[in-house]
Amino acid sequence: MVRCAGMSPTEPLRRTSLYAAHLALGAKMVPFAGWEMPVYYTSIVEEHHAVRQRVGLFDVSHMGELIVSGPDAETFLNRMLTNDVSKTAAGRAQYTFLCNDAGGIRDDLVLYWLEPMRFLLLVNAGNVENDFAWLRFCASGSVTVENHHSEIATVSLQGPLAAKLVPAPAATLGLFRVAPFNVCGVRCRVSRTGYTGEDGFELLCAIPDVMRLWNELLAAGAPFGIRPCGLGARDTLRLEMCYPLHGQDITETTTPLEAGLNRFVALDKPDFIGRDALLAQKAAGVTRKLVPFKMTEKAPPPRPHYALMAEGRRVGEVTSGAPSPSLGIGIGMGYVETDFAAPGTQLGVEIRGKTFAAVVETKPLWKKNK
Amino acid sequence: MSVPTNLRYTKTHEWLRIEGDAAVVGITDHAQKELTDIVYVEPPQVGDNVEAGKECAVVESVKAASDIYAPVTGEVVAANTALADHPELVNEDPYGQGWLFKIRMSDPAQVDELLPPDEYANHAGE
Repeated sequence: MVRCAGMSPTEPLRRTSLYAAHLALGAKMVPFAGWEMPVYYTSIVEEHHAVRQRVGLFDVSHMGELIVSGPDAETFLNRMLTNDVSKTAAGRAQYTFLCNDAGGIRDDLVLYWLEPMRFLLLVNAGNVENDFAWLRFCASGSVTVENHHSEIATVSLQGPLAAKLVPAPAATLGLFRVAPFNVCGVRCRVSRTGYTGEDGFELLCAIPDVMRLWNELLAAGAPFGIRPCGLGARDTLRLEMCYPLHGQDITETTTPLEAGLNRFVALDKPDFIGRDALLAQKAAGVTRKLVPFKMTEKAPPPRPHYALMAEGRRVGEVTSGAPSPSLGIGIGMGYVETDFAAPGTQLGVEIRGKTFAAVVETKPLWKKNK
Repeated sequence: MSVPTNLRYTKTHEWLRIEGDAAVVGITDHAQKELTDIVYVEPPQVGDNVEAGKECAVVESVKAASDIYAPVTGEVVAANTALADHPELVNEDPYGQGWLFKIRMSDPAQVDELLPPDEYANHAGE
C-alpha cells in the first residue's frame, strides 16, 4: 500500500554520523538525495508544531560543506554566485545561487564568510559533487576549493526556544551572522540561519564530535520540549515559508527571476555566470512565475506535478505541495503563466481527474502571529 | 503492531473482515504507523465495481498519497463517510472506526487466498 519513489536505490545509501542516534530514537529512515535520512521520528505534524512552538533539532549532515579560500577567493566567488559577496563581510552569511550560463539554478546555498580569505558554502546534498567539480573547474588565480563533506557535520536547531540552548554569546548572534563558539563542550561554527521561518541556529562541527553535540542538545532541550525532527517536518516548515527546494521548485532549467528570488541576484555586479541571460530575461519579462497558493475548499493535499488550471486550461504545474500543519489546509508552490501569478488569482489544482479551488497567495504562506 | 486474529490480510497492508456476504476493508495498524498523520481519505464510490489487487481508494498522509488495493472483487456497498471530516480515525482506530469501505463479494472463495494473521504478522515484521 505504501508507494514511495526511490525506495529501490541502485547505489548504496550513505549514512550520516548520527545514523545510530536516529535508529535509537525510532526514526523512520528514507532515501533522500543518496542518503538514508530520518523522515520523522514519531510524526511529521508533531515535529512541525514542536519547531513552531518550542524547539526542534535536525540532522542536516547530508548537506555538503565546500571551502573556498585564498587571496582571490572573494573575487572568484563573486563571479560564480549571483548575490553580491562584496556587500557582506567576514562573520556574515548570505543566501545565494550558483547559476549556469543560461541563468538556470545549479544550486542554492548559504555562503558563510568565515575569515577574510576563507568561505564555507553549505550546499544541497544532491549537488555536492557537481558543485565541487564546477567550482574547481572554474577556479582561477590564487584560489583553493576543498570538499569538507567527510569532515564536517551539520545540525540545525530551530524554534522560538532555540536561543535558550546555546551559550550566551552565541544567543546574541545577529541574524545571518556566523562565529565560532563552544556549544555543549563542542567546538562549532554557529550561524543564526535556518530553513523553517523560526529563530534558530545551524551548528557545524567536526564529525567525531557531532554525536555528543546531538545528544547534549537533546538533553539540554528536554525541559523545553525539544523534539528531534526529520526531513518531513523540515519540508512542511520550509514550504509554509515558501523557501524553495532545489530539484523541485528551482532547477537548472528555472531562473531566480522566474522563482521570484530577484533580491538574491545582484544584476548590478559587473559580471557573474548567468548575468547576461538574466539581464535579457529581465528586459524581456519572465513568461512564468513561481507562486505560492493555498486550497480554498476541502481537497486532497496538492502534490508535485499536479496541473494548475485557470480559464479551463492548464496554466502551470505544482512543484511542492503538502497539507500545512500550521494552517490546516493544503498549500503549495508552482510555476504558472505570468498572467495568472498575481496574488488573489483563482486557480484550480487537478487531482486525480477532479479540479479543486485554490488561490494565489503572497509569501510567506504562514505568517507568525506578532 | 496489532494484528487481530479475526481478520484476513493482504501483502499490501489492507485488512478484511467478513460480514455475511460483504467484506469490510481497512488498512492495518502497521500501515497506519508507517504512514502517520493521515490527512485525507478518498474511498471508492458506492456502486463501484472493484477488482482484487487493483487500486480503488487513496489514503493521504502529510508526506505522500498511497493507493489502497481491493482485497477481493465485488461491488462497493458502503464507504466510511466519517473519514471525510475525521481522516485521523484511520490512525487512531484502524480496525474499528477507521474502516474504509465495504464490498459485496462476487467470489467469497477469494478470501481463502488472503493472508491469515500469523502470515501477515511475519510479512509486516520483515
